[in-house]
Amino acid sequence: MTIAWSSFTPVSAFLGGCLIGLAALMLMAFQGRVMGVSGIIGGLFGAVSSAERGWRLAFLLGAVVGPIMWQVITKAPIIWQAVASGPQFYIAAFLVGLGTAIGSGCTSGHGICGLARFSPRSLIAVMAFMTSAVATVFIVNHV
Amino acid sequence: MTRLITALIIGSVFGIGLAIAGMLNPSKVVGFLDVFGDWDPSLAFVMGGGVLVNAIGHRFVMKRKAPIQSATFSMPTSTNIDKPLVIGSVIFGVGWGLAGLCPGPVVASLLLNGQAMLPFFGLLITGLLVGQIVMRRLT
Repeated sequence: MTIAWSSFTPVSAFLGGCLIGLAALMLMAFQGRVMGVSGIIGGLFGAVSSAERGWRLAFLLGAVVGPIMWQVITKAPIIWQAVASGPQFYIAAFLVGLGTAIGSGCTSGHGICGLARFSPRSLIAVMAFMTSAVATVFIVNHV
Repeated sequence: MTRLITALIIGSVFGIGLAIAGMLNPSKVVGFLDVFGDWDPSLAFVMGGGVLVNAIGHRFVMKRKAPIQSATFSMPTSTNIDKPLVIGSVIFGVGWGLAGLCPGPVVASLLLNGQAMLPFFGLLITGLLVGQIVMRRLT
């Protein structure tokens, strides 16, 4: 193991993380909802009221528009470098959807929200997905 | 209407947070997950900042009888550590590691990189719907 000091950005990572936590806190304070993105998307389908669908769509729209506004304001392009293409990319997409539905949450719901309220379920989920993600990257990059 | 406006603002705070944190770059995310390679620990600070702010604020928010714009707090009720929780999370982690993308950043980069992200989002939703069917069969 070596540390990639040249790409290490603890300050922006921490500030960005604080904003993500603030968003989670505001969603709980205003709407009484957990900011879990997989759950917010999943709750759009099936028999749900229009009010229920409405706040979910508004939140997701905000998440789409926010980074674009940020890019316009700061005039700094947001870097996006793909690590996968073709089948690997599309299989990944399906597994992310499948796994978060069965595991009841993702990095935001279990990670940011669940850990903040000391949920044992979320702690187990975070340990499970961190372990399998690290193992997957190890296999892809080093085997 | 005000509920929709606050949800829109909260969503954009979330999206901007992801952008500043570096979470929208799949290569940076995989750099964090590559513990046995050239490891970039930055994203541990994202998790740290997010959990810290949320954990401190949560105690104060929960002193309220109800949310500001809604009748009740809806908190997850399940406390069981069961097979679906663990197996689902493991499956999610494999997908996250393969492409460096989890649901939040997928949504937040939909228009930044529509060509790649729209089909990814479509397949993610397909997986979500299949997962919902699996969960309904299990219960």
